[in-house]
Amino acid sequence: MNRINRLFADKGSKRILSIYYTAGYPTLESTVDIAETLENAGVDFLEIGFPYSDPVADGPVIQHSSEAALRNGMSLGVLFEQLKDLRRRVNIPVLLMGYVNPVLQYGVESFCKSCKAVGVDGVIVPDLPMYEYEERYRSVFEENGLSNIFLVTPQTSEERIRKIDDLSTGFIYLLSSSATTGKNLSVSENTEAYFSRIRAMQLKNPVAIGFGISGHHAFTRATDHADGAIVGSAFVKLLGETDYSRKIPQFIRQLKG
Amino acid sequence: MSEYQVNEKGYYGHFGGAYIPEMLYPNVEELRQQYLAIIHSDDFRQEFDKLLRDYVGRPSPLYPAQRLSERYGTNIFLKREDLNHTGAHKINNTIGQILLAERLGKKRIIAETGAGQHGVATATVCALKGLKCVVYMGAIDIERQAPNVARMKMMGAEVIAAESGSKTLKDATNEALRDWINNPVDTHYIIGSVVGPHPYPDMVARFQSVISAETRKQLLEKTGRETPDHVIACVGGGSNAAGMFYHFLDDHDVKLVAVEAAGKGVDSGESAATTVLGREGVLHGSRSLLMQTDDGQVIEPYSISAGLDYPGVGPQHAWLYEKGRATYVNITDDEAMQAGLLLTRLEGIIPAIESAHALAQLEKMTFKGDENVVVCLSGRGDKDLDNYMKYFGF
Ligand SMILES: Cc1ncc(COP(=O)(O)O)c(C=O)c1O
Repeated sequence: MNRINRLFADKGSKRILSIYYTAGYPTLESTVDIAETLENAGVDFLEIGFPYSDPVADGPVIQHSSEAALRNGMSLGVLFEQLKDLRRRVNIPVLLMGYVNPVLQYGVESFCKSCKAVGVDGVIVPDLPMYEYEERYRSVFEENGLSNIFLVTPQTSEERIRKIDDLSTGFIYLLSSSATTGKNLSVSENTEAYFSRIRAMQLKNPVAIGFGISGHHAFTRATDHADGAIVGSAFVKLLGETDYSRKIPQFIRQLKG
Repeated sequence: MSEYQVNEKGYYGHFGGAYIPEMLYPNVEELRQQYLAIIHSDDFRQEFDKLLRDYVGRPSPLYPAQRLSERYGTNIFLKREDLNHTGAHKINNTIGQILLAERLGKKRIIAETGAGQHGVATATVCALKGLKCVVYMGAIDIERQAPNVARMKMMGAEVIAAESGSKTLKDATNEALRDWINNPVDTHYIIGSVVGPHPYPDMVARFQSVISAETRKQLLEKTGRETPDHVIACVGGGSNAAGMFYHFLDDHDVKLVAVEAAGKGVDSGESAATTVLGREGVLHGSRSLLMQTDDGQVIEPYSISAGLDYPGVGPQHAWLYEKGRATYVNITDDEAMQAGLLLTRLEGIIPAIESAHALAQLEKMTFKGDENVVVCLSGRGDKDLDNYMKYFGF
């Protein structure tokens, strides 16, 4: 059991809130400070993005933060250096999220070992194919105690969701719709039906809903149907403002309501 | 199954695959499950062949270039893809994909384009079929390639500027992929080269393979032999080369030469010679050779020809390179421009600057006298007149 499993196992009636942000943005050194501030503000777990030059699943806000982070000098090597300090300052579960190419260049095995060494609990790499994970990388993820998180969209077939449920060891990341990041969730009859359909499947893994969750209303709707919800672009936008650090606690309070 | 073709898992050796986020999976999987059945169906074959003949103008001639042959002391044949409707090989692929999209019930087409050749070829087939067409093009390329932007618009396509990243071809491709993520049901993405997740590289190569299928027949008529001694083609993403090589891959006595753009020289920092400068990596959904930093960030390439200005090559090329089945060479801007002028003066044919890279390779080879050499003349130079004028100061 890693920190993610414990969080979901012990959650009770709590609505779990996760925040995504990009490492090295707005400044190279802001990564761990933001993590600490978020934990103190009551966030339940974190997804720290490592930037890539060609983030095809992201909308303009996260594209911008990724470009800025790269300009600031962020890389996986720099990130793992920064995270050496992580577990002295932060107790909540932390996942790393990013695209597969930087991981391949760092080396998948080295990446998993570095994650374990700094106390990262899980990884979300949306463009790592399930097939490659199963055939080549699953054992090294598991040896290092890492949960590999898979995405599910409204178009994902039931058969594939079952397969994902079998392979998952942390939670399932349910996309509110098939979309790039940063589009506002409009809860329609279709999304309600989709969320209900997933719930009715009684998956073994907990479910967190992400993409397009920007405010209290969407957070509540999402967590009516799932164990947790994830906020990304709306928070990254805040990081672009002056004095963002002081505004974080209020932002989180408003989200949770 | 040839060792050079894609295997049932979607890989060429360890290259290829489908490195895509889940949002793209249903569309790509639908394509993977259906593309072979559709393109082998009688109904598809008949319409494809008919359009290639009556609309594109195929077969394209295999022209024995006499004065060029005299100059290099061997028999040089030009495969005239420049004579196709819209002026390049790109339309072979867009005809194939539009027929596929129709049969998949798609109502909306998206595409990326660099120089605008693939965008024009896509806008053309969308006009032909009355389908809605959206083309993503880097903001910088939109400025550089105004006539092609005008062509696309005249055909009714919407041209959207890619403002992200470096604002060129790779960013246009990113934007097209984002569009597909956000339109998961009714849209087909017509990729313009042998890149992208499986099954695209194989599918596009099959549509382009008409080039080598025709060449074999034409060579038999003209030389008494179906195979030449050398085949030369330029490589951006690699689609004209993939089509030109396709039916020669298992004839090991045919020497295959793939020409990349060296730009201002492979060591100049301004180059697109991927097999020299790239390492194994993942971009736009497949594992291949890729120009990138140590940290895995994609490096922006450079070539005077917008069509060769791509930081990767298709996975089949990475595999042919690694297996040594084809030789990968590179040609600088200057060498290509001179070769373009030479063909114009010797044969009265103005080649696309992309194709001029393949022609320039002739200068660097030595021939045994009566060898047969086929060069893929992938496109015509109309789109490049401005560049030629500026370069030579006409
Ligand atoms: C005339 C011509 N040749 C070659 C290319 C390069 O593409 P590929 O390597 O896919 O054939 C292009 C691309 O725009 C082109 O327009």
